[in-house]
Amino acid sequence: MTTNPPQRPNRSAAQADRIFLFTLWAAVGIFAATMIGLIIQLIHGSWQSILTFGLKFLVTSTWNPVTGQFGALPMIYGTIVSSAIAILLASVIGIASATFLAEFAPRRIAQPLASLIELLAAVPSVVYGLWGLFVLVPLFRAYIDPFLQARLGFLPIFSGPIYGIGLLTAGVILAIMILPTVSAISRDVITAVGREQREAGMALGSTKWETTWRIVLPAARAGIFGACVLALGRAIGETIATTMVIGNKATIAASLFAPSYTLSSVIANEFTEATSDLYISSLIELGLLLFVLSFIVNGLARLLVNSVFSKSEGR
Amino acid sequence: MLKTFVCRFTTASLVLALAAPALAATQLTGAGSSFVYPFFAKAFYQYGQENKDVTVNYQSIGSGGGIEQFTAKTVDFGASDVPMTADEVKRAGGEVLQIPVALGGEAVIYNLPSLKGALRLTRDDIANIYLGKIAKWNDAQLKKDNPGADLPDLAIVPVNRSDGSGTNYIFTDFLSHVSPEFKTKVGTGKSVQWPASAAVGGKGNEGVAGAVKQTPGAIGYVELAYAIENKLSQSMVQNKAGKWAECSLDNVKAAAATKPDVSPTNFSIVDTAAATAWPIAGYTWAFVYQNPTDKARAKITKDVLAWAVTKAQPIAGTLNYVPLPENVQQTALKTLAKVSL
Amino acid sequence: MSVTDLRDGSNKAARYAWSAVGVGFTLLSIVIAAGALVAILGYVAVQGISSVNWAFVTELPRPVGVTGGGVANGIVGSIIIVGIATLIAVPIGVLTGVYLALFGRGVFAESLRLFSDVLAGLPSIAIGLFAYTLFVAPFKQFSAFSASIAFAVIMLPLIIRTSEEAIRSVPRTVREAGFALGLSRYATTMKIVVPAARGAILTAVLLGIARVTGETAPLLFTAFGSQFWEINPFHPMAELSLQVFTYAISPYDDWHRQAWAGALLLTVAVFFINLLARFALSFGKR
Repeated sequence: MTTNPPQRPNRSAAQADRIFLFTLWAAVGIFAATMIGLIIQLIHGSWQSILTFGLKFLVTSTWNPVTGQFGALPMIYGTIVSSAIAILLASVIGIASATFLAEFAPRRIAQPLASLIELLAAVPSVVYGLWGLFVLVPLFRAYIDPFLQARLGFLPIFSGPIYGIGLLTAGVILAIMILPTVSAISRDVITAVGREQREAGMALGSTKWETTWRIVLPAARAGIFGACVLALGRAIGETIATTMVIGNKATIAASLFAPSYTLSSVIANEFTEATSDLYISSLIELGLLLFVLSFIVNGLARLLVNSVFSKSEGR
Repeated sequence: MLKTFVCRFTTASLVLALAAPALAATQLTGAGSSFVYPFFAKAFYQYGQENKDVTVNYQSIGSGGGIEQFTAKTVDFGASDVPMTADEVKRAGGEVLQIPVALGGEAVIYNLPSLKGALRLTRDDIANIYLGKIAKWNDAQLKKDNPGADLPDLAIVPVNRSDGSGTNYIFTDFLSHVSPEFKTKVGTGKSVQWPASAAVGGKGNEGVAGAVKQTPGAIGYVELAYAIENKLSQSMVQNKAGKWAECSLDNVKAAAATKPDVSPTNFSIVDTAAATAWPIAGYTWAFVYQNPTDKARAKITKDVLAWAVTKAQPIAGTLNYVPLPENVQQTALKTLAKVSL
Repeated sequence: MSVTDLRDGSNKAARYAWSAVGVGFTLLSIVIAAGALVAILGYVAVQGISSVNWAFVTELPRPVGVTGGGVANGIVGSIIIVGIATLIAVPIGVLTGVYLALFGRGVFAESLRLFSDVLAGLPSIAIGLFAYTLFVAPFKQFSAFSASIAFAVIMLPLIIRTSEEAIRSVPRTVREAGFALGLSRYATTMKIVVPAARGAILTAVLLGIARVTGETAPLLFTAFGSQFWEINPFHPMAELSLQVFTYAISPYDDWHRQAWAGALLLTVAVFFINLLARFALSFGKR
């Protein structure tokens, strides 16, 4: 935004602007201070664990509170895979749903339907966990997992014993949880694409779908991408729902049907009961790892945006 | 418009905040064990009915959380399924008095729809299942312990607690007592590393109960209340005396009776030698400071806890806890008397 | 897409076919999304509807075995905690979004954006711990206010990101019209541009409210919970999602029913806030 207001000798306007800028800086300052405070607390809390284990923490598979040996590798794996499954499913269905609501749905039902989808965000995580355990797990164990194993069992990711509880189920539950974020924000972004763009497409004789697919969605892609990044963040940090369906087992297995463990699940499971300093410190280090993981994922995403996408008109 | 609203809201809150202490009765706060939460909830509710000027707000944030908050002095008393260790007492800065407040047993639950009648497991069977050495239900050893039973050719899925808990501590304590191999390989703790490759972790009693219910061939351990309320199949276990015992209030009582001098440093009542004893049981402990700074609050806390270990115990029985044995109640009262007011 | 594609009438059938597939896919997606919603809400409703009655909404919790009891204090607590959180998060979030939209180039702004996105991925329990260290431990007092702080921090990334996007997407012409009228930057931004973007900002706020209403983990160390009436935000306070959680993980059927009923209340409440806000927004547009 490079347009500046013309210089005016209007004292009250200048004063208003000064106060305005001050308020902006204050808000930004509070936000920045909060971030810095969080980071400092995470590092300070994990310091003992960092000193004790160093980089081995990232590659060890042992998580043994009795002997005081802690390593995060299986949890890093579990977090990455479950979040990947979640964002894959949620982005496809979320963006497609948003497109439908923004472009193809009849005016009357679009807003109520959108509000209903957003409602998915209001369900408490513990309810997702319980629903996942009582409805989704049996469904996967009895129908979906065997089906996948029958058709695609030659792939290592669909091999192995089926419990119902496991990485795949956790990924699906996360996908449902983050769906409203992708859908709601994408819908707003798609709606915001200027009418002229759509009309240009129609004027050229393309169908509604072609206009949407080739003009509207590309115009909205930066915002849609942002929605997905936010949703991915939610998936990485989700605790209670995942922990109820993932099996809570700190091992790495090739199969998606196997039980696994995520960084946030460990923290949720063990933090309130940990009393030894090293134990608490290791748990906080897991939180720091989550922060770093999120940082890397977001950093990479940002690089992608800056190099591949160019900012569209009107910015 | 927003500004006016915010101003008014802030003023109103401040006024309320300042006025509130004058309106409220004394509210004590306690935190810790989730095992004892239903009992405390009912007991303190009744206490509040009988003593209108005292309310007790107990929240179950976990035994470790209870110790943490007690150490941070954000609560008046804490509760934990495992008493505070010497290190934890040192961290808490002062002399800490710990009293047993509740007693309960853990049931061994399983999911074998084809089995008629109750499953029977020896202590070694359970240890070996959780060590991963017995992997199928139709294993020879299990067949021997359940003569004539229809044990299927199904893999055993041992479900354990994934979150740190007193329930876990008691169960691992039991297995460590029973099996030296378990003691060296795994050990006792609120949270441990489980060796069996087929093992699955559930969060909380409800997570374990849910996992067992959902997985044919699963076995797990939960507090007795969960097993009874959810009507889960419970296994009989052969105790140290060689008798087949079931998890009942009487059998837990028998186990507790073998250690009348229970104390924070000598509190394990697993795998006891009594004839009818149920081998997997334990106490929950509450703790207060011996030299409190706020003497008035400490007196009220002491009265409440004294009431909880004596007059409230019949309430415990209605909720599937075992009322504290008479002698244990007396020990608790004697410890409480040491609070310097 | 080249114009020649469109002028060539021979591929019309294929184009129409692909278009139908495309629209069909979006329709299928919304059906899946709606299906998931119905499955979950239906389950919650079936489990909980029988327990929602006047007593449930107006009474204090009663222990197991005592009939009756409700979540009235939790409802009040949720309103207070989420209300204060929104009051904190919206001004800071929107203003930071405005800042990023106006002055958004450079390392500082990029870092702010990056950290905001990273914050979105932090588990709520870590944020609860942060609020605990700042507002509970020093005062040795659990409080609803500390819970609001935790909730506000959880809501911030959503509001910041979306506010910035929304303000950026307001056409340049609108901004320039403001300046052409001689308005200061303050007036143009706050009285013209932001109101023009308010639809999207409201979406983010509502999503944020929906998200924190269902959060439990941060509350364990901040609001703590309570079985009693409490309106003082500097004391421990009950909260509906915390009550749902505590009841759900208990062994008692009676409490399970109440957990489902509470979950149903939470979802329905957020739905109504949604409807109300959208209605107010569309009313304001006329």
